[in-house]
Amino acid sequence: MQLSMFFQHLANAVSLGSLYALVAIGYTMVYGILRLINFAHGDLLMVAAYIVYYGRGMFHLPWPVSIVLAVALTSGTGIIVERAAYRPLRNSPRTTILISAIGVSFLVENLGLVVFGGRPQSFPLPAMFDSGSAKEIAGVRVENITFVIPAVTLLLLLALLHIVHRTKVGMAMRAVARDFDTAGLMGIDVNRIIAVTFAIGSALAAVGGIMWAMKFPQINPLMGMMPGMKCFIAAVFGGIGNILGAVIGGFLLGVAEIMIVAFLPSISGYRDAFAFVILIGTLLLRPTGLLGEKVAEKV
Amino acid sequence: MLEIIDLHVSYGAIRAVQGISLKVPDGKIIALIGTNGAGKSTTLRTISGLLKPEAGRILLDGEDITGLPAKDIVKRGISMVPEGRHVFPDLTVYENLMLGAYIRTNRQEVEAQLEEVYNLFPRLRERKSQLAGTLSGGEQQMLALGRALMADPKVLLMDEPSLGLAPVLVQEIFSLIKRIHEQGKTLLLIEQNARAALTLAHYAYVLETGRIVMEGTGAELLVNDDVRRIYLGEGEIAV
Repeated sequence: MQLSMFFQHLANAVSLGSLYALVAIGYTMVYGILRLINFAHGDLLMVAAYIVYYGRGMFHLPWPVSIVLAVALTSGTGIIVERAAYRPLRNSPRTTILISAIGVSFLVENLGLVVFGGRPQSFPLPAMFDSGSAKEIAGVRVENITFVIPAVTLLLLLALLHIVHRTKVGMAMRAVARDFDTAGLMGIDVNRIIAVTFAIGSALAAVGGIMWAMKFPQINPLMGMMPGMKCFIAAVFGGIGNILGAVIGGFLLGVAEIMIVAFLPSISGYRDAFAFVILIGTLLLRPTGLLGEKVAEKV
Repeated sequence: MLEIIDLHVSYGAIRAVQGISLKVPDGKIIALIGTNGAGKSTTLRTISGLLKPEAGRILLDGEDITGLPAKDIVKRGISMVPEGRHVFPDLTVYENLMLGAYIRTNRQEVEAQLEEVYNLFPRLRERKSQLAGTLSGGEQQMLALGRALMADPKVLLMDEPSLGLAPVLVQEIFSLIKRIHEQGKTLLLIEQNARAALTLAHYAYVLETGRIVMEGTGAELLVNDDVRRIYLGEGEIAV
Protein backbone atom coordinates (compact mmCIF):
# COMPACT_ATOMS: atom_id res chain seq x y z
CA MET A 1 0.00 0.00 0.00
CA GLN A 2 1.23 3.45 -0.85
CA LEU A 3 2.00 5.80 1.95
CA SER A 4 -0.46 8.36 0.61
CA MET A 5 -3.17 5.71 0.61
CA PHE A 6 -2.35 4.89 4.19
CA PHE A 7 -2.71 8.51 5.23
CA GLN A 8 -6.01 8.73 3.43
CA HIS A 9 -7.29 5.79 5.44
CA LEU A 10 -5.83 7.23 8.60
CA ALA A 11 -7.63 10.52 8.08
CA ASN A 12 -10.90 8.67 7.57
CA ALA A 13 -10.26 6.50 10.59
CA VAL A 14 -9.62 9.46 12.85
CA SER A 15 -12.73 11.21 11.67
CA LEU A 16 -14.98 8.16 12.02
CA GLY A 17 -13.46 7.40 15.40
CA SER A 18 -14.17 10.95 16.56
CA LEU A 19 -17.81 10.61 15.55
CA TYR A 20 -18.15 7.37 17.47
CA ALA A 21 -16.45 8.96 20.44
CA LEU A 22 -18.82 11.92 20.50
CA VAL A 23 -21.90 9.73 20.52
CA ALA A 24 -20.42 7.15 22.90
CA ILE A 25 -19.99 9.91 25.52
CA GLY A 26 -23.77 10.24 25.75
CA TYR A 27 -24.21 6.53 26.46
CA THR A 28 -21.56 6.58 29.11
CA MET A 29 -22.86 9.73 30.83
CA VAL A 30 -26.37 8.38 31.16
CA TYR A 31 -25.08 5.01 32.29
CA GLY A 32 -22.85 6.70 34.84
CA ILE A 33 -25.76 8.47 36.46
CA LEU A 34 -28.70 6.05 36.02
CA ARG A 35 -26.98 2.70 35.33
CA LEU A 36 -29.11 2.61 32.20
CA ILE A 37 -28.23 1.97 28.57
CA ASN A 38 -30.27 4.65 26.86
CA PHE A 39 -31.05 2.79 23.64
CA ALA A 40 -32.83 5.83 22.25
CA HIS A 41 -29.56 7.77 22.26
CA GLY A 42 -28.51 6.68 18.75
CA ASP A 43 -31.81 7.78 17.31
CA LEU A 44 -31.07 11.33 18.39
CA LEU A 45 -28.53 11.44 15.55
CA MET A 46 -31.41 11.04 13.17
CA VAL A 47 -33.56 13.63 14.96
CA ALA A 48 -30.81 16.24 14.71
CA ALA A 49 -30.04 15.44 11.06
CA TYR A 50 -33.69 15.80 10.05
CA ILE A 51 -34.10 19.07 11.94
CA VAL A 52 -31.18 20.52 9.97
CA TYR A 53 -32.54 18.97 6.77
CA TYR A 54 -35.92 20.66 7.21
CA GLY A 55 -34.43 23.82 8.64
CA ARG A 56 -32.35 24.22 5.47
CA GLY A 57 -34.68 22.71 2.89
CA MET A 58 -38.08 23.87 4.02
CA PHE A 59 -37.48 26.96 6.10
CA HIS A 60 -34.30 28.16 4.38
CA LEU A 61 -32.67 28.98 7.69
CA PRO A 62 -29.01 29.94 7.63
CA TRP A 63 -26.61 27.13 8.53
CA PRO A 64 -25.68 28.37 12.01
CA VAL A 65 -29.35 28.83 12.91
CA SER A 66 -30.31 25.36 11.68
CA ILE A 67 -27.48 23.78 13.60
CA VAL A 68 -28.12 25.63 16.85
CA LEU A 69 -31.83 24.88 16.53
CA ALA A 70 -31.15 21.18 15.88
CA VAL A 71 -28.83 20.90 18.88
CA ALA A 72 -31.31 22.69 21.15
CA LEU A 73 -34.33 20.67 20.01
CA THR A 74 -32.46 17.37 20.17
CA SER A 75 -31.26 18.25 23.62
CA GLY A 76 -34.87 18.95 24.55
CA THR A 77 -35.89 15.59 23.09
CA GLY A 78 -33.39 13.89 25.37
CA ILE A 79 -34.82 15.69 28.39
CA ILE A 80 -38.38 14.74 27.41
CA VAL A 81 -37.42 11.08 26.92
CA GLU A 82 -35.93 10.97 30.42
CA ARG A 83 -38.89 12.74 31.95
CA ALA A 84 -41.53 10.62 30.22
CA ALA A 85 -39.97 7.18 29.91
CA TYR A 86 -37.27 6.84 32.57
CA ARG A 87 -38.09 9.01 35.55
CA PRO A 88 -41.43 7.33 36.32
CA LEU A 89 -39.56 4.01 36.39
CA ARG A 90 -36.62 5.24 38.48
CA ASN A 91 -37.42 2.86 41.34
CA SER A 92 -38.46 -0.05 39.16
CA PRO A 93 -36.20 -3.04 38.46
CA ARG A 94 -33.36 -2.23 36.09
CA THR A 95 -34.84 -4.48 33.39
CA THR A 96 -38.08 -2.52 33.28
CA ILE A 97 -36.35 0.74 32.53
CA LEU A 98 -34.11 -0.99 29.97
CA ILE A 99 -37.18 -2.26 28.12
CA SER A 100 -38.61 1.22 28.29
CA ALA A 101 -35.42 2.49 26.62
CA ILE A 102 -35.75 -0.05 23.81
CA GLY A 103 -39.39 0.99 23.44
CA VAL A 104 -38.45 4.66 23.16
CA SER A 105 -35.92 3.78 20.48
CA PHE A 106 -38.56 1.97 18.41
CA LEU A 107 -40.98 4.81 19.01
CA VAL A 108 -38.56 7.48 17.80
CA GLU A 109 -37.55 5.44 14.75
CA ASN A 110 -41.12 4.73 13.74
CA LEU A 111 -42.25 8.27 14.43
CA GLY A 112 -39.43 9.24 12.09
CA LEU A 113 -40.76 6.89 9.42
CA VAL A 114 -44.25 8.31 9.79
CA VAL A 115 -43.30 11.96 9.96
CA PHE A 116 -40.29 12.11 7.63
CA GLY A 117 -41.13 9.19 5.34
CA GLY A 118 -38.97 6.14 4.75
CA ARG A 119 -37.29 7.38 1.59
CA PRO A 120 -33.66 8.39 2.11
CA GLN A 121 -33.07 12.08 1.56
CA SER A 122 -29.90 13.68 0.46
CA PHE A 123 -28.56 15.93 3.14
CA PRO A 124 -27.68 19.46 2.01
CA LEU A 125 -24.04 20.38 2.48
CA PRO A 126 -22.63 23.81 3.18
CA ALA A 127 -20.32 25.04 0.45
CA MET A 128 -17.21 24.43 2.52
CA PHE A 129 -18.02 20.72 2.79
CA ASP A 130 -19.36 19.87 -0.68
CA SER A 131 -17.51 17.43 -2.86
CA GLY A 132 -15.64 20.17 -4.69
CA SER A 133 -14.07 21.25 -1.44
CA ALA A 134 -11.80 18.25 -1.11
CA LYS A 135 -8.17 19.15 -0.87
CA GLU A 136 -5.11 17.33 -2.07
CA ILE A 137 -2.42 17.25 0.54
CA ALA A 138 0.74 15.38 -0.42
CA GLY A 139 -1.21 13.31 -2.88
CA VAL A 140 -3.99 12.51 -0.40
CA ARG A 141 -7.47 13.70 -1.25
CA VAL A 142 -9.26 14.63 1.93
CA GLU A 143 -12.59 16.36 2.35
CA ASN A 144 -12.82 19.29 4.71
CA ILE A 145 -15.32 17.55 6.94
CA THR A 146 -12.69 14.92 7.69
CA PHE A 147 -10.67 17.57 9.50
CA VAL A 148 -13.59 19.37 11.04
CA ILE A 149 -15.02 16.31 12.79
CA PRO A 150 -11.99 15.53 14.98
CA ALA A 151 -11.50 19.22 15.75
CA VAL A 152 -15.10 19.71 16.83
CA THR A 153 -15.02 16.49 18.84
CA LEU A 154 -11.86 17.55 20.63
CA LEU A 155 -13.30 20.97 21.46
CA LEU A 156 -16.53 19.51 22.80
CA LEU A 157 -14.63 16.90 24.80
CA LEU A 158 -12.50 19.57 26.45
CA ALA A 159 -15.60 21.63 27.20
CA LEU A 160 -17.32 18.60 28.70
CA LEU A 161 -14.35 17.65 30.86
CA HIS A 162 -14.24 21.23 32.07
CA ILE A 163 -17.91 21.11 33.02
CA VAL A 164 -17.67 17.75 34.74
CA HIS A 165 -14.48 18.43 36.69
CA ARG A 166 -14.33 22.17 37.18
CA THR A 167 -17.87 23.43 37.70
CA LYS A 168 -20.42 23.15 40.45
CA VAL A 169 -22.95 21.42 38.23
CA GLY A 170 -20.27 18.91 37.17
CA MET A 171 -19.46 18.21 40.79
CA ALA A 172 -23.14 17.65 41.43
CA MET A 173 -23.28 15.27 38.44
CA ARG A 174 -20.46 13.21 39.88
CA ALA A 175 -22.14 13.18 43.28
CA VAL A 176 -25.50 12.11 41.85
CA ALA A 177 -23.78 9.40 39.80
CA ARG A 178 -22.48 7.95 43.04
CA ASP A 179 -25.39 8.24 45.44
CA PHE A 180 -28.82 9.85 44.93
CA ASP A 181 -29.74 10.02 48.62
CA THR A 182 -26.54 11.60 49.84
CA ALA A 183 -26.59 14.02 46.90
CA GLY A 184 -30.07 15.03 48.02
CA LEU A 185 -28.79 15.60 51.56
CA MET A 186 -26.33 18.10 50.08
CA GLY A 187 -29.27 20.08 48.71
CA ILE A 188 -28.71 18.89 45.15
CA ASP A 189 -31.85 18.66 43.01
CA VAL A 190 -31.21 15.15 41.71
CA ASN A 191 -33.91 15.32 39.03
CA ARG A 192 -32.49 18.53 37.67
CA ILE A 193 -28.97 17.14 37.51
CA ILE A 194 -30.22 14.06 35.67
CA ALA A 195 -32.03 16.31 33.21
CA VAL A 196 -28.84 18.31 32.69
CA THR A 197 -26.95 15.08 32.02
CA PHE A 198 -29.47 14.07 29.37
CA ALA A 199 -29.39 17.54 27.88
CA ILE A 200 -25.61 17.51 27.52
CA GLY A 201 -25.42 13.94 26.21
CA SER A 202 -28.20 14.61 23.71
CA ALA A 203 -26.59 17.84 22.53
CA LEU A 204 -23.38 15.91 21.83
CA ALA A 205 -25.41 13.30 19.93
CA ALA A 206 -27.00 16.11 17.92
CA VAL A 207 -23.63 17.49 16.90
CA GLY A 208 -22.57 13.91 16.09
CA GLY A 209 -25.69 13.37 13.99
CA ILE A 210 -25.20 16.56 12.00
CA MET A 211 -21.56 15.76 11.30
CA TRP A 212 -22.50 12.18 10.47
CA ALA A 213 -24.98 13.47 7.89
CA MET A 214 -22.32 15.76 6.45
CA LYS A 215 -19.89 12.88 6.12
CA PHE A 216 -22.48 10.41 4.79
CA PRO A 217 -25.03 12.75 3.23
CA GLN A 218 -27.88 10.30 2.84
CA ILE A 219 -30.29 10.42 5.75
CA ASN A 220 -33.18 8.16 6.65
CA PRO A 221 -35.20 7.57 9.83
CA LEU A 222 -33.20 4.46 10.74
CA MET A 223 -29.82 6.08 10.24
CA GLY A 224 -29.21 6.23 14.00
CA MET A 225 -29.59 2.50 14.62
CA MET A 226 -26.24 1.14 13.53
CA PRO A 227 -24.12 4.08 14.72
CA GLY A 228 -26.09 3.94 17.97
CA MET A 229 -25.27 0.26 18.48
CA LYS A 230 -21.64 0.83 17.61
CA CYS A 231 -21.26 3.78 19.95
CA PHE A 232 -22.88 1.80 22.72
CA ILE A 233 -20.29 -0.91 22.03
CA ALA A 234 -17.56 1.71 22.00
CA ALA A 235 -18.72 2.91 25.41
CA VAL A 236 -18.71 -0.64 26.81
CA PHE A 237 -15.33 -1.34 25.24
CA GLY A 238 -13.84 1.81 26.77
CA GLY A 239 -15.38 1.13 30.16
CA ILE A 240 -18.95 2.30 30.50
CA GLY A 241 -19.48 5.16 32.90
CA ASN A 242 -16.08 6.63 32.10
CA ILE A 243 -16.02 9.59 29.71
CA LEU A 244 -12.42 9.18 28.58
CA GLY A 245 -13.10 5.46 28.18
CA ALA A 246 -15.93 6.22 25.79
CA VAL A 247 -13.70 8.51 23.77
CA ILE A 248 -10.91 5.96 23.56
CA GLY A 249 -13.38 3.17 22.79
CA GLY A 250 -15.04 5.18 20.04
CA PHE A 251 -11.73 6.15 18.58
CA LEU A 252 -10.31 2.64 18.56
CA LEU A 253 -13.50 1.22 17.08
CA GLY A 254 -13.50 3.75 14.25
CA VAL A 255 -9.84 3.21 13.50
CA ALA A 256 -10.19 -0.57 13.64
CA GLU A 257 -13.14 -0.52 11.26
CA ILE A 258 -11.37 1.58 8.66
CA MET A 259 -8.18 -0.46 8.97
CA ILE A 260 -10.11 -3.66 8.36
CA VAL A 261 -11.54 -2.19 5.21
CA ALA A 262 -8.11 -0.95 4.19
CA PHE A 263 -5.98 -3.97 4.91
CA LEU A 264 -8.41 -6.85 4.62
CA PRO A 265 -10.65 -5.82 1.74
CA SER A 266 -11.83 -9.41 1.35
CA ILE A 267 -13.72 -9.27 4.65
CA SER A 268 -14.69 -5.61 4.49
CA GLY A 269 -18.30 -6.69 4.02
CA TYR A 270 -18.22 -7.80 7.66
CA ARG A 271 -17.24 -4.34 8.78
CA ASP A 272 -20.39 -3.80 10.83
CA ALA A 273 -20.10 -7.22 12.43
CA PHE A 274 -16.68 -6.34 13.73
CA ALA A 275 -18.11 -4.02 16.39
CA PHE A 276 -20.14 -6.88 17.78
CA VAL A 277 -17.10 -9.12 17.89
CA ILE A 278 -15.49 -6.44 20.04
CA LEU A 279 -18.58 -6.31 22.27
CA ILE A 280 -18.58 -10.05 22.83
CA GLY A 281 -14.83 -10.09 23.36
CA THR A 282 -15.07 -7.26 25.89
CA LEU A 283 -17.88 -8.90 27.81
CA LEU A 284 -16.01 -12.23 27.91
CA LEU A 285 -12.51 -11.01 28.65
CA ARG A 286 -12.82 -7.66 30.40
CA PRO A 287 -16.42 -6.83 31.22
CA THR A 288 -15.42 -3.55 32.86
CA GLY A 289 -13.86 -2.32 29.62
CA LEU A 290 -10.50 -0.64 29.11
CA LEU A 291 -10.82 2.09 31.74
CA GLY A 292 -13.82 0.86 33.66
CA GLU A 293 -13.59 0.37 37.36
CA LYS A 294 -15.29 -2.44 39.16
CA VAL A 295 -18.98 -1.87 38.73
CA ALA A 296 -20.07 -0.95 42.21
CA GLU A 297 -23.65 -1.72 43.03
CA LYS A 298 -25.50 1.42 43.95
CA VAL A 299 -26.34 1.54 47.61
CA MET B 1 -36.43 24.24 67.92
CA LEU B 2 -37.07 21.07 66.00
CA GLU B 3 -40.24 19.32 67.04
CA ILE B 4 -41.56 15.91 65.99
CA ILE B 5 -45.21 15.21 66.68
CA ASP B 6 -46.69 11.71 66.56
CA LEU B 7 -44.54 10.54 63.63
CA HIS B 8 -45.45 7.30 61.81
CA VAL B 9 -43.21 5.80 59.11
CA SER B 10 -43.53 2.48 57.31
CA TYR B 11 -41.51 0.50 54.80
CA GLY B 12 -44.28 -1.30 52.99
CA ALA B 13 -45.91 -3.48 55.63
CA ILE B 14 -43.20 -2.88 58.21
CA ARG B 15 -44.18 -0.13 60.60
CA ALA B 16 -40.78 1.15 61.61
CA VAL B 17 -41.87 4.23 63.55
CA GLN B 18 -45.20 4.18 65.35
CA GLY B 19 -45.99 7.51 66.91
CA ILE B 20 -42.81 9.19 68.03
CA SER B 21 -42.89 12.68 69.51
CA LEU B 22 -39.79 14.51 70.58
CA LYS B 23 -38.31 17.96 70.95
CA VAL B 24 -34.88 19.25 70.05
CA PRO B 25 -34.52 22.70 71.68
CA ASP B 26 -31.99 25.17 70.27
CA GLY B 27 -28.46 24.71 71.48
CA LYS B 28 -29.05 21.30 73.04
CA ILE B 29 -27.72 17.84 72.32
CA ILE B 30 -30.51 15.29 72.13
CA ALA B 31 -29.77 11.57 71.82
CA LEU B 32 -31.88 8.69 70.59
CA ILE B 33 -30.80 5.33 71.92
CA GLY B 34 -32.20 1.87 71.38
CA THR B 35 -31.39 -1.45 69.82
CA ASN B 36 -31.15 -2.20 66.11
CA GLY B 37 -34.51 -1.88 64.43
CA ALA B 38 -35.95 0.38 67.11
CA GLY B 39 -36.65 3.04 64.48
CA LYS B 40 -33.86 5.51 65.28
CA SER B 41 -32.41 5.70 61.77
CA THR B 42 -35.87 5.78 60.25
CA THR B 43 -36.75 8.78 62.40
CA LEU B 44 -33.62 10.63 61.35
CA ARG B 45 -34.01 9.76 57.68
CA THR B 46 -37.60 11.01 57.79
CA ILE B 47 -36.59 14.32 59.38
CA SER B 48 -33.92 14.77 56.71
CA GLY B 49 -36.43 14.20 53.93
CA LEU B 50 -35.13 10.87 52.62
CA LEU B 51 -38.29 9.09 53.77
CA LYS B 52 -41.87 10.28 53.67
CA PRO B 53 -43.88 9.89 56.87
CA GLU B 54 -47.27 8.23 56.86
CA ALA B 55 -48.58 10.53 59.53
CA GLY B 56 -47.34 13.07 61.99
CA ARG B 57 -45.71 16.44 61.73
CA ILE B 58 -42.18 17.80 61.73
CA LEU B 59 -41.82 21.44 62.75
CA LEU B 60 -38.72 23.60 62.56
CA ASP B 61 -39.11 26.81 64.55
CA GLY B 62 -42.85 26.34 64.30
CA GLU B 63 -42.82 25.93 60.54
CA ASP B 64 -44.21 22.71 59.10
CA ILE B 65 -41.51 20.95 57.06
CA THR B 66 -43.19 17.53 56.96
CA GLY B 67 -42.67 15.64 53.71
CA LEU B 68 -40.32 18.14 52.09
CA PRO B 69 -37.64 16.50 49.91
CA ALA B 70 -34.11 16.28 51.29
CA LYS B 71 -32.82 19.07 49.07
CA ASP B 72 -35.30 21.50 50.64
CA ILE B 73 -34.77 20.30 54.21
CA VAL B 74 -31.08 21.17 54.04
CA LYS B 75 -32.03 24.63 52.77
CA ARG B 76 -34.18 25.09 55.89
CA GLY B 77 -31.12 24.52 58.06
CA ILE B 78 -31.09 20.82 58.90
CA SER B 79 -28.05 18.81 57.78
CA MET B 80 -27.49 15.12 58.22
CA VAL B 81 -24.40 13.04 58.76
CA PRO B 82 -25.62 9.74 57.33
CA GLU B 83 -24.91 6.36 58.83
CA GLY B 84 -21.90 4.77 57.19
CA ARG B 85 -20.55 8.24 56.40
CA HIS B 86 -21.40 8.13 52.69
CA VAL B 87 -18.65 10.43 51.57
CA PHE B 88 -18.30 10.60 47.78
CA PRO B 89 -15.30 8.29 47.34
CA ASP B 90 -14.22 9.40 43.86
CA LEU B 91 -14.33 13.09 44.72
CA THR B 92 -11.56 14.84 46.60
CA VAL B 93 -11.87 15.87 50.23
CA TYR B 94 -12.15 19.48 49.09
CA GLU B 95 -14.90 18.64 46.58
CA ASN B 96 -16.82 16.70 49.22
CA LEU B 97 -16.71 19.73 51.50
CA MET B 98 -17.78 22.05 48.71
CA LEU B 99 -20.74 19.77 48.00
CA GLY B 100 -21.69 20.28 51.64
CA ALA B 101 -21.92 23.99 50.81
CA TYR B 102 -23.83 23.32 47.57
CA ILE B 103 -26.84 25.39 48.66
CA ARG B 104 -24.74 28.40 49.63
CA THR B 105 -24.01 31.07 47.08
CA ASN B 106 -21.87 33.57 48.96
CA ARG B 107 -18.36 32.60 47.96
CA GLN B 108 -16.66 34.48 50.81
CA GLU B 109 -18.86 32.92 53.46
CA VAL B 110 -18.16 29.49 52.03
CA GLU B 111 -14.41 30.16 52.10
CA ALA B 112 -14.65 31.26 55.71
CA GLN B 113 -16.68 28.17 56.57
CA LEU B 114 -14.12 25.97 54.85
CA GLU B 115 -11.42 27.57 56.95
CA GLU B 116 -13.42 26.83 60.11
CA VAL B 117 -13.91 23.21 59.11
CA TYR B 118 -10.21 22.83 58.31
CA ASN B 119 -9.38 24.29 61.72
CA LEU B 120 -11.72 21.87 63.41
CA PHE B 121 -10.36 18.92 61.41
CA PRO B 122 -6.73 19.72 60.53
CA ARG B 123 -6.37 16.31 58.95
CA LEU B 124 -8.89 17.25 56.28
CA ARG B 125 -6.75 20.22 55.37
CA GLU B 126 -3.71 17.98 54.99
CA ARG B 127 -5.65 15.65 52.75
CA LYS B 128 -7.78 18.13 50.86
CA SER B 129 -6.66 17.00 47.39
CA GLN B 130 -6.89 13.32 48.22
CA LEU B 131 -9.84 11.22 47.01
CA ALA B 132 -12.25 10.67 49.87
CA GLY B 133 -12.30 6.94 49.17
CA THR B 134 -8.63 6.70 50.16
CA LEU B 135 -9.23 8.11 53.66
CA SER B 136 -9.33 5.93 56.76
CA GLY B 137 -12.67 5.30 58.47
CA GLY B 138 -12.05 7.94 61.11
CA GLU B 139 -11.02 10.51 58.54
CA GLN B 140 -14.10 9.72 56.46
CA GLN B 141 -16.25 10.32 59.53
CA MET B 142 -14.55 13.67 60.04
CA LEU B 143 -15.19 14.46 56.40
CA ALA B 144 -18.86 13.56 56.77
CA LEU B 145 -19.09 15.84 59.83
CA GLY B 146 -17.20 18.63 58.09
CA ARG B 147 -19.32 18.28 54.98
CA ALA B 148 -22.52 18.65 57.02
CA LEU B 149 -21.08 21.73 58.75
CA MET B 150 -20.33 23.35 55.40
CA ALA B 151 -24.06 24.02 54.98
CA ASP B 152 -23.94 26.02 58.26
CA PRO B 153 -27.01 24.23 59.59
CA LYS B 154 -29.03 25.18 62.64
CA VAL B 155 -29.65 21.54 63.46
CA LEU B 156 -27.26 18.69 62.80
CA LEU B 157 -28.58 15.13 62.61
CA MET B 158 -25.97 12.43 63.26
CA ASP B 159 -26.66 8.81 62.51
CA GLU B 160 -24.20 6.57 64.37
CA PRO B 161 -21.12 8.81 64.09
CA SER B 162 -18.92 6.36 66.00
CA LEU B 163 -20.04 3.18 64.25
CA GLY B 164 -17.18 0.98 63.06
CA LEU B 165 -14.41 3.16 64.46
CA ALA B 166 -11.53 2.06 66.66
CA PRO B 167 -12.05 2.97 70.36
CA VAL B 168 -9.40 5.69 70.31
CA LEU B 169 -11.15 7.28 67.33
CA VAL B 170 -14.53 7.03 69.00
CA GLN B 171 -13.10 9.22 71.79
CA GLU B 172 -11.85 11.70 69.24
CA ILE B 173 -15.12 11.84 67.33
CA PHE B 174 -17.06 12.46 70.52
CA SER B 175 -14.79 15.29 71.58
CA LEU B 176 -15.20 16.78 68.11
CA ILE B 177 -18.97 16.49 68.39
CA LYS B 178 -18.73 18.32 71.69
CA ARG B 179 -16.74 21.08 70.06
CA ILE B 180 -19.25 21.36 67.23
CA HIS B 181 -21.96 21.79 69.84
CA GLU B 182 -19.94 24.42 71.67
CA GLN B 183 -19.78 26.38 68.43
CA GLY B 184 -23.53 26.79 68.68
CA LYS B 185 -25.01 23.86 66.84
CA THR B 186 -28.11 21.99 67.92
CA LEU B 187 -27.60 18.23 67.66
CA LEU B 188 -29.85 15.23 67.34
CA LEU B 189 -27.73 12.15 67.71
CA ILE B 190 -28.24 8.42 67.31
CA GLU B 191 -25.71 6.19 68.96
CA GLN B 192 -25.12 2.52 69.57
CA ASN B 193 -22.60 3.63 72.13
CA ALA B 194 -25.30 4.56 74.64
CA ARG B 195 -22.96 5.48 77.45
CA ALA B 196 -21.06 8.01 75.36
CA ALA B 197 -24.30 9.39 73.95
CA LEU B 198 -25.95 9.79 77.36
CA THR B 199 -22.83 11.39 78.82
CA LEU B 200 -22.89 13.96 76.05
CA ALA B 201 -26.63 14.55 75.72
CA HIS B 202 -28.72 17.05 77.64
CA TYR B 203 -31.78 14.96 77.06
CA ALA B 204 -32.38 11.53 75.56
CA TYR B 205 -35.15 9.30 74.31
CA VAL B 206 -35.11 5.51 74.46
CA LEU B 207 -36.74 3.82 71.47
CA GLU B 208 -38.09 0.29 71.29
CA THR B 209 -39.85 -1.16 68.24
CA GLY B 210 -40.82 2.20 66.87
CA ARG B 211 -42.00 3.81 70.10
CA ILE B 212 -40.47 5.95 72.81
CA VAL B 213 -40.41 3.89 75.98
CA MET B 214 -38.43 6.21 78.23
CA GLU B 215 -37.02 9.68 78.23
CA GLY B 216 -35.05 11.92 80.53
CA THR B 217 -31.89 13.89 80.92
CA GLY B 218 -28.70 12.08 80.04
CA ALA B 219 -27.70 11.99 83.69
CA GLU B 220 -31.05 10.49 84.75
CA LEU B 221 -30.95 7.76 82.16
CA LEU B 222 -27.34 6.89 82.95
CA VAL B 223 -28.37 5.86 86.45
CA ASN B 224 -31.69 4.30 85.46
CA ASP B 225 -31.69 0.56 86.23
CA ASP B 226 -33.46 -0.53 83.04
CA VAL B 227 -31.22 1.58 80.87
CA ARG B 228 -28.15 0.30 82.66
CA ARG B 229 -29.19 -3.31 82.26
CA ILE B 230 -30.41 -3.22 78.66
CA TYR B 231 -28.33 -0.52 76.97
CA LEU B 232 -25.23 -0.16 79.08
CA GLY B 233 -24.73 -3.89 79.65
CA GLU B 234 -24.45 -3.60 83.41
CA GLY B 235 -25.87 -5.68 86.22
CA GLU B 236 -27.42 -9.09 85.94
CA ILE B 237 -28.78 -10.38 82.72
CA ALA B 238 -32.43 -11.24 83.10
CA VAL B 239 -33.10 -14.90 82.41
